[in-house]
Amino acid sequence: MASLFDINLFALFGQLLVGLINGSFYALLSLGLAIIFGLLKIINFAQGAMYMLGAFVALLALKFMGVNYWFALILVPLTVGLVGVLMERFLIRPIANEDHLYSLLLTFGLALIIQGSFTHMFGSSGLSYAVPEALKGGTKLPFMYLPNYRAWIIIVSVIVCAGTWWMIEKTNLGAYLRAGTENPQLMQAFGINVPLIVTLTFGFGVALAGFAGVMAAPVYSVSPDMGSNILIVVFAIVVIGGMGSIGGAIITGLGMGVVEGLTKYFYPEASNTVIFLVMVIVLLLKPAGLFGKEA
Amino acid sequence: MKKTNKTVLSAVVSGVIAATMACGAQAATDGQVKLGVLADMGGTYADICGKGCVTATKMAIEDFGGNVLDKPIEIVSADSQLKPDIASAIARKWVEDQGVDAIGGLVSSAVSGAVSKVNADTKNITLISGSASNTFTTKTCNPYNVHWTYNVVALANGTVKPMVQAGKKKWFFITADYSFGHALEGMASKVINENGGEVLGHVRAPLGTTDFSSYILQAQASGADVVALANAGNDTVNALKAASEFGLTEQMDVAGLLVFTPNAQAMDPASAGGMRLTSGFYWDMDKETRDWSKRFEQRHGEIPSMIHAGVYSVTTHYLNAVKAAGTDESDVVMKKMKEMKPNDFFARNATLRPDGRMVHDMLYVEIKKQEERKDKNDIYKIIKVISGDEAYSPMQPQCNFS
Repeated sequence: MASLFDINLFALFGQLLVGLINGSFYALLSLGLAIIFGLLKIINFAQGAMYMLGAFVALLALKFMGVNYWFALILVPLTVGLVGVLMERFLIRPIANEDHLYSLLLTFGLALIIQGSFTHMFGSSGLSYAVPEALKGGTKLPFMYLPNYRAWIIIVSVIVCAGTWWMIEKTNLGAYLRAGTENPQLMQAFGINVPLIVTLTFGFGVALAGFAGVMAAPVYSVSPDMGSNILIVVFAIVVIGGMGSIGGAIITGLGMGVVEGLTKYFYPEASNTVIFLVMVIVLLLKPAGLFGKEA
Repeated sequence: MKKTNKTVLSAVVSGVIAATMACGAQAATDGQVKLGVLADMGGTYADICGKGCVTATKMAIEDFGGNVLDKPIEIVSADSQLKPDIASAIARKWVEDQGVDAIGGLVSSAVSGAVSKVNADTKNITLISGSASNTFTTKTCNPYNVHWTYNVVALANGTVKPMVQAGKKKWFFITADYSFGHALEGMASKVINENGGEVLGHVRAPLGTTDFSSYILQAQASGADVVALANAGNDTVNALKAASEFGLTEQMDVAGLLVFTPNAQAMDPASAGGMRLTSGFYWDMDKETRDWSKRFEQRHGEIPSMIHAGVYSVTTHYLNAVKAAGTDESDVVMKKMKEMKPNDFFARNATLRPDGRMVHDMLYVEIKKQEERKDKNDIYKIIKVISGDEAYSPMQPQCNFS
């Protein structure tokens, strides 16, 4: 009986760790969305498409220009961020003063167009991107085999999340940003170029999605619908964490990864609905989200 | 006043009923052959049966000469969006308003089921090439179903049996959590048990799961000899990716129960190389298959999947039967189709049974390792040819529509 218990405990540890890995992915993705959705109040349905774009840019850069994974980690967020900047400047800004529904519909349409054109160009079956040589293999832990690349995902995600949180919550730049979105007129009066800040923030949020795309390329099949699959889950995480709370998005991302991982172990059929169940419960009990401030 | 209302109402009701009945009895016997192709134009299965299925049908019509019964053969196509309700509405419009005689393509078992139901009502022929479920010639069989290419029985017999017989007795399933996955797992489990193997457990993953690591850990802990992937498309690719990442492929065998060529191309040869599977067709089998596949590739841009080849084959057989029968009346054409032996580059040693199942040679293939590949289309080596009788289960008596 004891040995049986040990095995179960081991299995549970394995599932917890795997959940944490997925959680760090969610954290990375929801971070970008939390910035755009939470600070700029733009409901960016194209965030999933930008994540997909990130993975594809990495793949194409490798194929046609020989850009390896490490350069892609820098190059891709810049490229995708630029797409975001152009998108904000020429498409979203003209309707910035309209109801939020307009930006939702606009970005949703954009996402469909981008996804549709990628399906047209690259097919629906997905392409494969190899794990970089230096991160191949894995470590044998007592309870499971941990692939090095997954460990790398946790580390990178924690660094990027913590760095972003620190930048927004603790630096002057972050203070301008928060103030600029909270009270644009006042900041404008102080001589701060608020539209520029908004554009750059949007670009940064989108660049994070592109970054997550590069991180995902070696572990998931790079396919046009990879973004739409994950987008709704990430939105749910931002809502659970609380609108506008960067820290909330990060912690909730990690937490939901673990919750989902455990569901996959105990009742796998419910694994793609459990996050929404949590969302419903949280919204009923605490409408502003776990870490959101009550309006 | 009340009475008038009632009369009007009953007149309307009987009018509607009469109209429905008129439609229900209508089969297009106008001597003009019109084919409908229903495919997935932009979804998960677009690569295995999307525009390619339309191209394959067009090629079959052109190779046939473009005319039958002294009239040009017409073709219409539409996107099923993989939704049964949409498929059903399109099928009804085609057969009732536009005089479509037969509907082909048909990927996803749910879509095919919906179309087959409409066609059974209106006595039009359903040429299923893309779907896996065996229900069309068992539980939901009807005299107008024709099931080409493959089904879950052939996949299970073809892939699972040789592995169990080679001593891989203990199995664990990672199954797509919908009707197709359940059917495939059920069929494979049956084959395992019949051959002295044992199913240790299964895990049902929702369709469209991107991260399979949790399921892979469970499979690893099961102590099985083989982990069977009872799923399709990107699910299979992602599951295999995780399996190789977590070192599962080094401890156990992985069996992909349904793999199409575009999916095999999307897999990393390092982890997929050596995996064996069953297919209804492979482009690089002999001169005949290569000739047709090259022509297809020139028009479509990619090599054909087994579904594309199956669509060409079933369309050709249908047109031959119409020509031989001298009419497009469904009952007569179906009888002719079942009398004539399908025989082309795709259908080898083939018969179309009275239940609508086309039984033909299947291929047991192995995915090539990187060093064995000449180019991106060089993906399988054929291990052996499985005879149709070995691959498919016998006809059920209640489905004998001879």
